[in-house]
Amino acid sequence: MSAIAESTVGAALATPHTQVGAPIIRITALRKSYGDNEVLKGIDLDVKRGEVIAIIGKSGSGKSTLLRCINGLEVFQEGSLTVDGKPLLYESAMAMRELRQRVGMIFQSFNLFPHLSVGRNVMLAPQLVKKKGSAENATRARQLLERVGLAEKFDAMPDQLSGGQQQRVAIARALAMDPAVMLCDEITSALDPELVGEVLRVVESLANEGMTLLMVTHEMNFARKVADRVIFMHQGRVHEMGSPEALFGQPRTAELKQFLSSLHD
Amino acid sequence: MLIELDFWPVLAQWPLLLRGAGWTLVLTAIAALLGMTLGIACAWSRVNGPRVLRWGAGAYVELIRNTPFIVQLFFIFFGLPAAGIKLSPFTASVLAMVVNLGAYAAEIIRAGIEATPRGQFEAAQSLALSRMQTFLHVVLPPALKKVWPALVSQITIVMLGSAVCGQISTEELSYAANLIQSRNFRAFEAYILGTLMYLVLAIAVRRLLNWAGPRFVFGR
Amino acid sequence: MIEFTLWDIVRNLALAARWTVVLSLIAFVGGGLVGLLLLVLRLSGRAPVNRVIGAYVQLFQGTPLLMQLFLLYFGIALFGIDTSAWMAAGVALTLYASAYLAEIWRGCVEAIPRGQWEASKSLALSFGQQLRHIILPQALRIAVPPTVGFLVQVIKGTALASVIGFVELTKAGGMIANVTYEPLLVYGCVALMYFVLCFPVSLYARTLERKLHVGHR
Repeated sequence: MSAIAESTVGAALATPHTQVGAPIIRITALRKSYGDNEVLKGIDLDVKRGEVIAIIGKSGSGKSTLLRCINGLEVFQEGSLTVDGKPLLYESAMAMRELRQRVGMIFQSFNLFPHLSVGRNVMLAPQLVKKKGSAENATRARQLLERVGLAEKFDAMPDQLSGGQQQRVAIARALAMDPAVMLCDEITSALDPELVGEVLRVVESLANEGMTLLMVTHEMNFARKVADRVIFMHQGRVHEMGSPEALFGQPRTAELKQFLSSLHD
Repeated sequence: MLIELDFWPVLAQWPLLLRGAGWTLVLTAIAALLGMTLGIACAWSRVNGPRVLRWGAGAYVELIRNTPFIVQLFFIFFGLPAAGIKLSPFTASVLAMVVNLGAYAAEIIRAGIEATPRGQFEAAQSLALSRMQTFLHVVLPPALKKVWPALVSQITIVMLGSAVCGQISTEELSYAANLIQSRNFRAFEAYILGTLMYLVLAIAVRRLLNWAGPRFVFGR
Repeated sequence: MIEFTLWDIVRNLALAARWTVVLSLIAFVGGGLVGLLLLVLRLSGRAPVNRVIGAYVQLFQGTPLLMQLFLLYFGIALFGIDTSAWMAAGVALTLYASAYLAEIWRGCVEAIPRGQWEASKSLALSFGQQLRHIILPQALRIAVPPTVGFLVQVIKGTALASVIGFVELTKAGGMIANVTYEPLLVYGCVALMYFVLCFPVSLYARTLERKLHVGHR
């Protein structure tokens, strides 16, 4: 299984080493449980390069857990998961770090490093992991902060920023590693309603630029607008999957109908 | 290198060790009872007392918390006789432990008292309870409940500290270990067994107090 | 017989107090280094290692420091090494301090939100980088007040070294009390000197604690 993996260690992210059109993430029969409680009951999912996927569902349906399996924050027990053709190897810290350089993650609670300035937050991982020179690193960090509309906050500390600004810094921080895939775990759920828009606009621009995105979200309008494919998860399974038009327009299963109508209450 | 350990000569003296452990527990029990009472009184003084008392209690707490127990013990046992107060080793040990625990308990209990919500005082006042009644029946029980784990730790610490009392020939556990090693020269073995017995006592006392607290001290 | 004035007593005690300070610093610094090592081992999270370190901490926190001193004093001798009171006291207090500090610091590390571990992991930082750049700097901030507070406990702990014959403040006090026949005065002075050493440290720890809480809101 490792023929592809071996030949591509250290390959640049920008150059796809699997065939064009082949899935960048392939999840097969994945199962995960906490003790006796099985939270993912056999997930199959292929994600194409550049695809934008929205994952919806009730809390406890396993959608966040699935996302966290993809970059190895959660350990699954059965099945397989490959990113860029490379299987997840929990035993190898090296392989996991290799993987995480390709997969960026943005969290519900931002998780900025409170003791570092905004600029240092963005520059830390490239400096430590990619051994980037400091001048080049700083230039790149400023570019990224400008891109999320926060160029002037380079020297600010995280606790001086609003939630929306913090989340945009978190996006810049993840982008600084040049990931091939970005995972967004309910990234607007902790925000005041008036701050949601500024974050979603940044995500949308990422989608438009061809970033592969997997997002767990409660923003159905956003999912409808940006996603290529929507996945409805229910009780640890992919219950329904399809284009936003199909899923939101003609839900096939009773569970999805119920879920969608519950959102309008 | 092979170190030969021989525990039998020490184990043969088990009645001495047991008696020592017994005295350690007696010391601890008396100190816990009186020390907590003293601590409650000081905590009350520091929160509600008149100014002189408040200041006096504060000075006592700081003085004790910033000096070693062994010096407190020596001051009482060797120093006080010069002022005409002659105490037996046992009495001196108990006194030192009570004074020591009292200061720490005062700080711990005060923290619990200060966390009492204002509404509690107001409710008690509107029920026409006196200040003392309010303190004893409304403020103290929940405060003790809140800080009980810290008090249990402190009582355990005082018990372990009481090993020093052997130095003025109070016949507690460390004294017993000392006595045994002076008889058979198995110092290391004697102290290992003594130390392990302290460990067991510490765990047992902690368990006992955690069990007893809700039943006898502050109600459930 | 030599006449001792109050000044003589205080001067001699102050000279001995130097050794109390030196021993405290050795134990505090040595204990800090060993404690940090234990902390890192514990955080890297192998279950058997954790159990061993947990037992180590329990052993030192659950037994009298005096007995630990005796054990070290006689234990080192068993290895055929010539034990001095210096060495036994230094080693025992270092181990004692390491157990307490490892436990205090573990509490501080556990107070850092899980999201900080996850975010830094997601950025492909190695375990060592996570500790060094993300977790420890934040834990350090909340660890300072209790660590300074523990220094008081170490200073008081060194008084027990007198029992195995180490001449520091308490031991010197005993010796002076014996020749002057003024135990009340001498032990009073000894207590006062410990107070002078410890009280400023206690106050400082409390100030730090208060500042930390204000800064947090």
